[in-house]
Amino acid sequence: MPKLTIDGKEIEVEDGLTILQACEEADVEIPRFCYHERLSIAGNCRMCLVEMERAPKPVASCAMPAGEGMVIKTNTPLVKKAREGVMEFMLINHPLDCPICDQGGECDLQDQSMAYGLDGTRYTESKRAMAEQNFGPLIKTEMTRCISCTRCVRFTTEVAGVHELGQTGRGEDAEIVSYLGAVVTNEMSGNVIDLCPVGALTSRPYEFNARPWELRKTQSIDVMDAVGSNIRVDVRGREVMRVMPINNDDVNEEWISDKTRFIWDGLKTRRLDTPYLRKDGALVATTWSEAFEAIAKKVKTSDKNKMAGLIGDLNGAEEIFAFKSLMDSLGVDNVDCRQDRSNIRPEWAGRAGYIFNSGINAIEDADALLIIGSNPRLEATVLNSRIIKAVKQNEMPVALVGEAADLAYEYTHIGNGAESLNELLKGKHSFAKTLKAAKRPMIIVGQGTFIGDDAKAIFETIANLATNIGAINDDWTGLNFLQSAASRVAALDLGCVPKNESVNYNSILNASKAGDLDLLFLLSADEMKLCDLDNSFVVYMGSHGDVGANSADIILPSAAYTEKFATYINLEGRAQLGHKATFAPGNAKDDWAIIRALSDHLGHKLPFDSLEALRSKMFDIAPHFAHIGSQSAGDMSQLQSQKISGDISSTPLNSTIADYYHTNPIARASKIMDDCKAAKLAAISEATGTNG
Amino acid sequence: MSAQKMAIEQPESFVFNAKFSELAKKRIAMYPEGKQASAVVPLLWFAQKQHDNWIPEAALRHIGDMLDMAYIRVLEVVTFYTMFNLAPVGKHFVQFCGTTPCWLNGADKIKDVCESEIGAQNTISDDGEFSWLEVECLGACVNAPMVQINDDFYEDLDEENFRQLLKDLKSGKPTKIGPQVDRINAAPCGGATTLNDKSLFDGSMLGSYKDVLKQIEQAEAEAAAISAKEAKEAEKPAPKKADEKPEASDKKPTKKATKPAKATNSTNTDAENVSDDLKPAMLSAPKGDADDLKVIKGVGPKLEGVLNGLGIYHYSQISVWNDDNIAWVDSKLQFKGRILRDGWVKQAGELAKQGDK
Repeated sequence: MPKLTIDGKEIEVEDGLTILQACEEADVEIPRFCYHERLSIAGNCRMCLVEMERAPKPVASCAMPAGEGMVIKTNTPLVKKAREGVMEFMLINHPLDCPICDQGGECDLQDQSMAYGLDGTRYTESKRAMAEQNFGPLIKTEMTRCISCTRCVRFTTEVAGVHELGQTGRGEDAEIVSYLGAVVTNEMSGNVIDLCPVGALTSRPYEFNARPWELRKTQSIDVMDAVGSNIRVDVRGREVMRVMPINNDDVNEEWISDKTRFIWDGLKTRRLDTPYLRKDGALVATTWSEAFEAIAKKVKTSDKNKMAGLIGDLNGAEEIFAFKSLMDSLGVDNVDCRQDRSNIRPEWAGRAGYIFNSGINAIEDADALLIIGSNPRLEATVLNSRIIKAVKQNEMPVALVGEAADLAYEYTHIGNGAESLNELLKGKHSFAKTLKAAKRPMIIVGQGTFIGDDAKAIFETIANLATNIGAINDDWTGLNFLQSAASRVAALDLGCVPKNESVNYNSILNASKAGDLDLLFLLSADEMKLCDLDNSFVVYMGSHGDVGANSADIILPSAAYTEKFATYINLEGRAQLGHKATFAPGNAKDDWAIIRALSDHLGHKLPFDSLEALRSKMFDIAPHFAHIGSQSAGDMSQLQSQKISGDISSTPLNSTIADYYHTNPIARASKIMDDCKAAKLAAISEATGTNG
Repeated sequence: MSAQKMAIEQPESFVFNAKFSELAKKRIAMYPEGKQASAVVPLLWFAQKQHDNWIPEAALRHIGDMLDMAYIRVLEVVTFYTMFNLAPVGKHFVQFCGTTPCWLNGADKIKDVCESEIGAQNTISDDGEFSWLEVECLGACVNAPMVQINDDFYEDLDEENFRQLLKDLKSGKPTKIGPQVDRINAAPCGGATTLNDKSLFDGSMLGSYKDVLKQIEQAEAEAAAISAKEAKEAEKPAPKKADEKPEASDKKPTKKATKPAKATNSTNTDAENVSDDLKPAMLSAPKGDADDLKVIKGVGPKLEGVLNGLGIYHYSQISVWNDDNIAWVDSKLQFKGRILRDGWVKQAGELAKQGDK
């Protein structure tokens, strides 16, 4: 615990902090460009120079460890002069194009040159100009503006875990490049736009769209995956202009995936803005009351055992609760939320049997990791960067059972099928020893594991394996289930699984396909084939005209995630609140309000008239939804007492996500996501040489 | 120095030949397991040696694969060092130094020869024999101006001998590596100018340092005798006027002391020289707490003790000293003139003011 003096103020800081961090603790601001608390220290911008007593010249505070008895001064003429000098050098080659630069208004260089720079330049030579780079559909480059801080290089290497960017050349010729102009395709690449302290890397889709001071900013929660990344939705007028990350150390740190960041153009296209009714085979616009009457008429003639409800991936807890309540009041048991076709059931081991029990932060404490039937890079991109961090910082060994894929770190591939689990359980595979020797082993189980009929047996095997290797004990919870849809944990918490174990998502769709269903309710459920819905009377409630709406007989337009207040339970079981950033288009309404209105027409009026009333009902059955921001753990003991009741097949365990950029209706409506997919495919075909 | 641009026309593939792959293996084995990437510079160098003095892109990938490095990391290294060529160069690749010492010695003329004989920088001459590149200092400044051609330095160039050198290289004649004028390495032109005395090297000077030591001892003894004599003379009371300028008494001992006077009694003698009429106001004890006199630049713990002994405890006391007072106090201290030199009075004045606030 070194004690040092900063600007005359004595302060004791933790061991291992740098002077810059110590200054922050002492509430002294140090300007910086290259330093970033979540990246390694480069020390190449020199903006953080401070004066240290008995040092012959100013020291770079970001790279100098705080030591006992140091006397640091940050407000002396020497420091002022040093900052002015650094800033002057920085601006030598930086173009004065702020008026046409997208970074304007949120530019570190702009702000710091106002605060610490000189008012003029003494430089009269010609400036350096650099060629643009093609970094793909998301990142627009203006390399002349680059100040060579290398944050982007460090981010892609350390957080995204891929070696895509580098700094070549030296001195005046130093530039940020990808290898031979390759397109940047990692799923976290958008974060370099936030990291870039100048306008060298800006958002291509957002190019020249808005200025930061024109935007209204609303905190919300992302629904592209189950991580529940904290986001800020920037709106101008009624239009979502962009999505930015918000720091949450427990969830997404300060990163978001490209899908989260660039989905916003999908919110403007293919929107359902008025109710539709199918008349003579064609959908025609109608009114809410007509649509409700048509449903009421159909419900009256339907057998409750021949009705079913399917819940999609993007819903908040409130509408799932309202939907489930309506289905219950109609006596419909066939309600299923497992759109990823997983056969997991909440009663197997309670909540602990389907959530990420340890929490995301615990990944950094684990000392061995086994991934089963999952591709975390695609299913929970931001969570995968935590694994990358643990692999890089703690040299955590990783093994995979399931489909081999590029996870951005090295792993031992044990096998494709679930039979490898038996091998591990018997200790035959060498990685079994690693797991056993580990003090805090972790198992991450993807939903791809539970797609087959042997799901229960696999589940029990995994629970046994976890107990066997000591992944579950009083001090450590290491058996985690990875969900890939934002609505899933809330829906499972609310029991949205058919009581009959033989009924699952696929069997409901098969029944629909065979014409055995009278009525099928879809709550933004779109992950099916069109032909699955052709022979049923389908009521679709959702925001986008996707598969469900295409074959629906009645469409009830609802709000997308940026247009409503909703509670989301992320994969850890953490309740988080999403806020309304803008209004739904046209006649679209909040899902819960639609369901409430519909229930009145069906003669089963639900007992809530406001969101607050709904929530208080919901909290009665799921009280943990009220603990916003905190994770409510499951009961691990149920996992420890599993007995293996069946055999497991050798079917390969594939990830539930095949088409990463098109996993939900909003993504499929987004042109940016199309571009990302095309860029990725082009990059793959180039790498494998299949493009001729 | 110009940027390293990759050649547009590249060979399809590159692999190390038997000789260099053997060398590469040895190189890689020099680093501990997991640190193989450290061998990247030597391996790039081998690639350049094998491949006509330039590194094709395929070699970067080959080396990346060998060392388990991302290609972009190899690219970063290879573009950082000017010694690596990423595009074909002439059979004789001239790296011309244009840094200050060479430039002062006429590097511009060498550059002109390059331009007229070979052509523009970074282009290969029509016959494929030459290409040239201006580089930063190659570390042979004492033989400036100089160039490096392939692996060899050619130094002490002028227009004429450089032109001849290029001609010889082209015609395949043997050339003289190193200085192109009459000198050995960096030795002076026309032979050595110092350490010429042969007796330095024939052993006759062995042990001669003892004589020198003797001389030094003798000189020290003489100096000690003189200072002892002076001290004796000073003890005799000398007729002095009371109003004698303090500066005069200051100068007297400093002028005469050939060595720093060790005799402590010299202070006492000086004290008698200055009348007590000039004595500043003294206190028998500090008023309240004594000020920390060490804050004044030039006052250490020892001097503070002396000052306290005299009855000086406060900044305010020091701040009102006049020249006479200073002379008196100065005479009591062992460091002559320090009060004026370090500006104690002014410092004490400021400190006293701060204290009042």
